[in-house]
Amino acid sequence: MNVQEIRKLFPILDQEVNGHPLVYLDSAATSQKPLSVIQALGDYYNGYNSNVHRGVHTLGTRATDGYEGAREKVRKFINASSTQEVIFTRGTTTSINTVAASYGRANVGEGDEIVITHMEHHSNIIPWQQLAKETGATLKYVPLQEDGTLSLEDVRSTVTPQTKIVSIMMVSNVLGTMNPIKEITRIAHENGAVMVVDGAQAAPHMKVDVQSLDCDFFAFSGHKMAGPTGIGVLFGKKNLLEKMEPIEFGGEMIDFVGLQESTWKELPWKFEGGTPIIAGAIGLGAAIDFLEDIGLDEIEKHEHHLAAYALDRMSSINGLTIYGPEDPQQRAGLVTFNLDDVHPHDLATVLDAEGIAIRAGHHCAQPLMKWLNVSSTARASFYLYNTEEDIDRLVAGLVKTKEYFSDVF
Amino acid sequence: MSFNNLDTLYRQVIMDHYKNPRNKGAVEDGSVTIDMNNPTCGDRIHLTLDVQDGVVNQAKFTGEGCSISMASASMMTQAVKGKDIETALKMSGIFSDMMQGKDYDDSIDLGDIEALQGVSKFPARIKCATLAWKAMEKGINEKPE
Repeated sequence: MNVQEIRKLFPILDQEVNGHPLVYLDSAATSQKPLSVIQALGDYYNGYNSNVHRGVHTLGTRATDGYEGAREKVRKFINASSTQEVIFTRGTTTSINTVAASYGRANVGEGDEIVITHMEHHSNIIPWQQLAKETGATLKYVPLQEDGTLSLEDVRSTVTPQTKIVSIMMVSNVLGTMNPIKEITRIAHENGAVMVVDGAQAAPHMKVDVQSLDCDFFAFSGHKMAGPTGIGVLFGKKNLLEKMEPIEFGGEMIDFVGLQESTWKELPWKFEGGTPIIAGAIGLGAAIDFLEDIGLDEIEKHEHHLAAYALDRMSSINGLTIYGPEDPQQRAGLVTFNLDDVHPHDLATVLDAEGIAIRAGHHCAQPLMKWLNVSSTARASFYLYNTEEDIDRLVAGLVKTKEYFSDVF
Repeated sequence: MSFNNLDTLYRQVIMDHYKNPRNKGAVEDGSVTIDMNNPTCGDRIHLTLDVQDGVVNQAKFTGEGCSISMASASMMTQAVKGKDIETALKMSGIFSDMMQGKDYDDSIDLGDIEALQGVSKFPARIKCATLAWKAMEKGINEKPE
């Protein structure tokens, strides 16, 4: 994998910010997009923009082929058994909300349990909080180990026969922890629960095989995997989706409409009310082509290498606290940290003055921040276009930040 | 942007307020209590005011956040203490103008607050500086008569 060649495909990276060459270390928030994805959006709007699944004109057919072709790319990308199991959504948040509102309302009742963990992103907490409130179910949390990992023992003792839904992130957006989803899914199934996976930080970075994981639902976003914003995916097992009611009603998702009653289209379209996100899906298809061309295994290897390099370099900085698993093999390509008493916002501002973009804040994981006993943290996250030099610049920036604030204090 | 530009943000007087906050704590029997946070970053302030007969007699705060938000809270309490409500709200408006880089009314002496002028050049940080002022405004406007 030639990172220098890859970087040429991302024109945005070739710019100066505040007088320094940009170092973009915020891909866990949103990744940059390669030329081929931007081109695919342009080709669609310039060449065959039309509504899908209706009309007989040529552009309409091309748009439908583009949109449904993207669905097939997604199917292959996550190894779903059928395109009927691939629903286009606005993103991970919408995907999880769909499961909570449709499967949840129909299958969860008073006295039932929903199990999540302390490391979840808000998008995998609040839909379940709301569902628990509506149904009288209990929302339970699997505790975390000292190093920010999950123990299967804890999962076993939290999930019970009363548990109807287990919903856990595959990769933590803060700790970088890679959770043993396959084993957790087995525990969920042994107890008669369905397994929902928040794959937002996994799908962009590693090979995902929903059949091998055996999960019932898998949610992810396009914009974190080199695709456009506003498009995401909900994978669901066909036998479950078939029994589920749509949560949005209107055009596009119907079969017959009467004055008092209507019937729904077959899967997956019954879950795609309204004109779908056509350009977004086509862009996501192009992003999948791009990632597969390089190879997800290669990308994962590269990010592991960067994480190991960053952990090694950053641990030499006095006063730097790193959160999450210490073993780089156990974590994905991001490092969350705090530097002395410098507030992460102040840190991020100083790094920004050096052209280095990182994330500072609670990372949409307030319960996890509470568990870490901090109000916020700084995070550097890596993708296929990042280099060792980027991390060197970050380390130099951190050293400067330390000096800067030791002077003013 | 160089580190010199950063110096316009992290002025000595700001860092002094951050390290040695004035009016830290809570006004006992304060007539107004406000909790406000910045949901995008987690900064939070707990502000208590003693407002009697249209005058802010006491203003104290606790909270957590970046240097800019905490220094601004410290400066705000210092500025509004002893002022009548009208003046306190007017200062808040002036501060808002200052943060947006607009020309602002300089008929009221802002003291240390002038040091926060540099924040207007860092759009991502303006919300940090205005949190305490918004809390104060909310407290005064919602004060039960």
